[in-house]
Amino acid sequence: MTQSFRLESGGLINRDKKISFRFNGKNYFGYEGDTLASALIANGVHLIGRSFKYHRPRGFFGAGVDEPYAIVQLYRNGETEPNIKATEQELFEGLEAKSVNCWPSVNFDVGAINNFLKIFLPAGFYYKTFMWPKSFWYKIYEPFIRRAAGLGTASIKHDKERYEHKYEYCDVLITGSGPSGLASAYSAAKNGAKVILAEDKSRFGGTLLTSDVNIGNQSGKEWADSIVSELKEMPNVTVKNRSQVFGYYDHNMLVMSERISDHLPKTKKFHPKQRLWYIRAKEVLISSGSIERPIVFGNNDTPGVMLSSAAKEYMKVYGVLVGKKPLVFTNNDSGYETAIEFKKNGIEPIILDTRKEPQSEIIEEAKNMNINIKNSYVVVAAQGYKKVKSADIAKISDDKEELGSVENIKCDCICVSGFWTPTIHLASQSGNKTKFNEEIDAFVPGISKQNEKTLGAANGIYTLEETLKDSFEKGNLLSKKITNNENKVSFPNVVEKKSTVHDKFWCVPLPKGKNYKRFLDFQNDVAVSDIEIALKEGYRSIEHVKRYTTLGMATDQGKTSNLNGLQLVSKIENKVVPAVGHTTFRPPYSPVSIGAIVGREVGKHSKPTRKSPMHSWHEKNNAVFVDAGVWLRPRYYKRGDENLFEASKREAKNVRTNVGVCDVTTLGKIDIKGPDAAEFLNRVYTNAWLKLPVGKARYGVMLREDGIVMDDGTTTRISENHYHMTTTTAQAANVLSHLEYYLQLVWPELNVNVVSTTEQWAGAAIAGPKSREVLKKLFPNTDVTNEGLPFMGYMEGDLLGVKAKIFRISFSGELAYEVNVESDYGYFMWEKIIEVGEEFGIQPYGTEALSTLRIEMGHVAGSELDGRTIPYDNSLEGLLSNKKDFIGKRSLSRKAFVAEDRQKIVGVVPLDKKTSIPEGSHLVKDSNAPLPNPKLGYISASCWSVEHDNPFSLAILKDGKNMIGEKLFVMSPLKNKVIPVEIVSSHYVDPKGERVRS
Amino acid sequence: MLHIKCPHCGMRSQNEFSYGGDATIKRPELGKEISDQDWDNFVYNRKSLRGKHWELWQHLSGCRQWIKVQRDTATHEIFKTLKANEEIS
Repeated sequence: MTQSFRLESGGLINRDKKISFRFNGKNYFGYEGDTLASALIANGVHLIGRSFKYHRPRGFFGAGVDEPYAIVQLYRNGETEPNIKATEQELFEGLEAKSVNCWPSVNFDVGAINNFLKIFLPAGFYYKTFMWPKSFWYKIYEPFIRRAAGLGTASIKHDKERYEHKYEYCDVLITGSGPSGLASAYSAAKNGAKVILAEDKSRFGGTLLTSDVNIGNQSGKEWADSIVSELKEMPNVTVKNRSQVFGYYDHNMLVMSERISDHLPKTKKFHPKQRLWYIRAKEVLISSGSIERPIVFGNNDTPGVMLSSAAKEYMKVYGVLVGKKPLVFTNNDSGYETAIEFKKNGIEPIILDTRKEPQSEIIEEAKNMNINIKNSYVVVAAQGYKKVKSADIAKISDDKEELGSVENIKCDCICVSGFWTPTIHLASQSGNKTKFNEEIDAFVPGISKQNEKTLGAANGIYTLEETLKDSFEKGNLLSKKITNNENKVSFPNVVEKKSTVHDKFWCVPLPKGKNYKRFLDFQNDVAVSDIEIALKEGYRSIEHVKRYTTLGMATDQGKTSNLNGLQLVSKIENKVVPAVGHTTFRPPYSPVSIGAIVGREVGKHSKPTRKSPMHSWHEKNNAVFVDAGVWLRPRYYKRGDENLFEASKREAKNVRTNVGVCDVTTLGKIDIKGPDAAEFLNRVYTNAWLKLPVGKARYGVMLREDGIVMDDGTTTRISENHYHMTTTTAQAANVLSHLEYYLQLVWPELNVNVVSTTEQWAGAAIAGPKSREVLKKLFPNTDVTNEGLPFMGYMEGDLLGVKAKIFRISFSGELAYEVNVESDYGYFMWEKIIEVGEEFGIQPYGTEALSTLRIEMGHVAGSELDGRTIPYDNSLEGLLSNKKDFIGKRSLSRKAFVAEDRQKIVGVVPLDKKTSIPEGSHLVKDSNAPLPNPKLGYISASCWSVEHDNPFSLAILKDGKNMIGEKLFVMSPLKNKVIPVEIVSSHYVDPKGERVRS
Repeated sequence: MLHIKCPHCGMRSQNEFSYGGDATIKRPELGKEISDQDWDNFVYNRKSLRGKHWELWQHLSGCRQWIKVQRDTATHEIFKTLKANEEIS
């Protein structure tokens, strides 16, 4: 293919570097500096996709972020990405792209039949059509909608690219590097402010790249280049291209996505693909410019109809002609600039101006160039299906209501200019109360809520001189306040052509007998007729009209359609536009890739991983790990071909018969010190703590104020004013905050300090009838006999030269000890335990065996203390002191909590003593009862009892107290199981608790 | 993301803090008789105010101090922050 629409010279592309690429399977080439859009247009490709609803042919409408049509599926370095705007995607060697929303191909699209069925697809057609019959939804409607919807296909592969996040602070953030951005950045930087200048495109300069102006005896582009290169040299300035500030959040936090590698064939080694910047700016200067708005006419979505500013940009920046027989349809002077550019490149444009007798410098220039200008003329309709072939034009009456006789003229593109809409998205996101500016017929920022100011065209200032003056001044004023330093820059001499007022005309009436579709929203196929229907059906609020018709709800968020939609609603409603108001602008300004939002927090990096000091020992000894909160804990230690069930049974059995050792480092540990520590514990825990002697541990339960059990654990009195509290692994952080809350806010008079020591201590639980033998070997110089260290006793010991804390506490229900040493000695301790325990048959056990042991003992844990149970439910009512008050006590007398048939923990055994009971199953009286079958309780934890060699579960059961001996059914619809069971005591092993004291 | 002035550490981003509810609620004194209604009001009943609101935040990933923050619930404007032991005026 030859680049038949490429100009001989001109543009900012590098013609020395050819770049080849593929689109829809065909090979093309463009130049370095092209976008996919400019390269395709240069190659004469104008059909790029199909529209969302009617599958009408789609071409290019803009040249940048406002593009509603040219959305492609991109293929790059073995990855694919949907929803890429061809107008933004820079060309790189080997780029491949495909059309979206068309099947089987963009040239022949089956869905285009919707275009002929459009009478059936009016506004709100989803709501109307897919309501009946109900059964059709799953089988027919949903698959159809799913297939029809969407702008491409997300990759199902893991994204190999890296995305980074960065936090930054600055004095002044400037969004956009057009004239206002550059001027304000320059004066702020000169005052010494820390400035970030962000430009969405690859080239700096904004409209200076395409306008015929002179600043300080330089062309606009030269001036922009010189300012940018000076800014780049300044240490207090960060200048970023390909960086879009897309969100304005609270307290002047803005988020910017920097596309670092998207323009390259492949991301460089060690580089991220994109970087998301969280910027906290003291002041924000919004210099996002304006977007040209279309004029609405018949078939105005035909490929070849595009914004006049885009046509100019393709010529001036890319050296590309969007057509060779252009028609310029304008209501203001901007269209003339495009026509003049065509003429300069040897192309004969025709201008249709809706105005009667406009006069200005620009118009004068066009006239002098002998450009064919037709005043009071409009385009009635574009003709042609996949590309504009001609236009029906007509003269329009002065009141813009009557069309003259329609004539047809040949053309291959229609460049439309309906004046300019300030890009107020960021200002509006910041909470700025926007106001309507009659003069420019558009909304502009009003009163700021945060520290932001909008400059230049984004503020409705459309002359360069005014823009620069205002921007230099604002940049200077705001930065001066921050830096207390003024280094005023002199204002350059500005030469620009004067323009005259625009015509507030925006929609061409339909000629008699014609029913052309006149589109407002080009991406979502919302036409004038759709809005008319919505209003006829009674929709009034612009927010409702938007949602009903989907106007402005596409990925372009209505950048080119919002205002015309408002114009239409206000015209039909006979209101003024500001009375209709605009819909809310929300971030992101333009789509941001999910990868960038997620950043590095992917897969195992999505949360931190905590490992105990003994982790590498577990790894070496075939531990299979499980996530316990952010901790990695051994679930079981695999021997040979064992599975989880076999291994955990072996480990649990070994604890009951010999001795086992379990890594309990993950338990939360809190050091509590101070003269009021005992009093504090007495208020926090439900049981009595004032008389706990030094060297003794006690089991305690703490509640929330609503009476629900928050956590349990043992706390040991190390010395008079020093306690060591343990919490469950999961609640460690919450318990610390809870304690801090009461100490800092509720009882600040208590002289107590708390600090987390979880990471300071490594812990090993040594459990089993032979555990004392192991302990004797570990601590040969310490008296660990039943008399020397009784149940719930504590002592310090010398573990072969290492200082250790020994607690005689038990979770397994066996004779057991917990030994703590400083974390750095954890591995040493563990190895020694294994070494000296060998002769007693010691085996390490994981969380699965730990669970088995505690379940058959009836000890409660996280699955019972699940934030829904009170002490009674867990058979912990014996721990409630009636002599003192404590956190949550008052709640325990609430009616439901003292109900006669209150739920309570029970044991559950299957009648066949074989079938395992799935956790989470429900208990019912009659398995054949009609649905909904009344639920009596639920299975909280299940195990295979190694003591009784049959399945055993714990359950929270209604009236559990009186249910022992009852026969019920366990139902698990998820696993399709119905199991007849007997309710037994939750203490299935050693109900008298003799072993722990042996 | 809010920018909160910790009275101990200075301006910090919201992600260092955790929210702790209404700061004007006083816990009833321990051991004192209290009606069901008053207790319910303390535990459950909160006004969902629009406008200025004194609330608790904990500087969890910083100094771990609970602080009092006066924030406008509609606009997120923060007017004042106090240490735990400073009285709301």
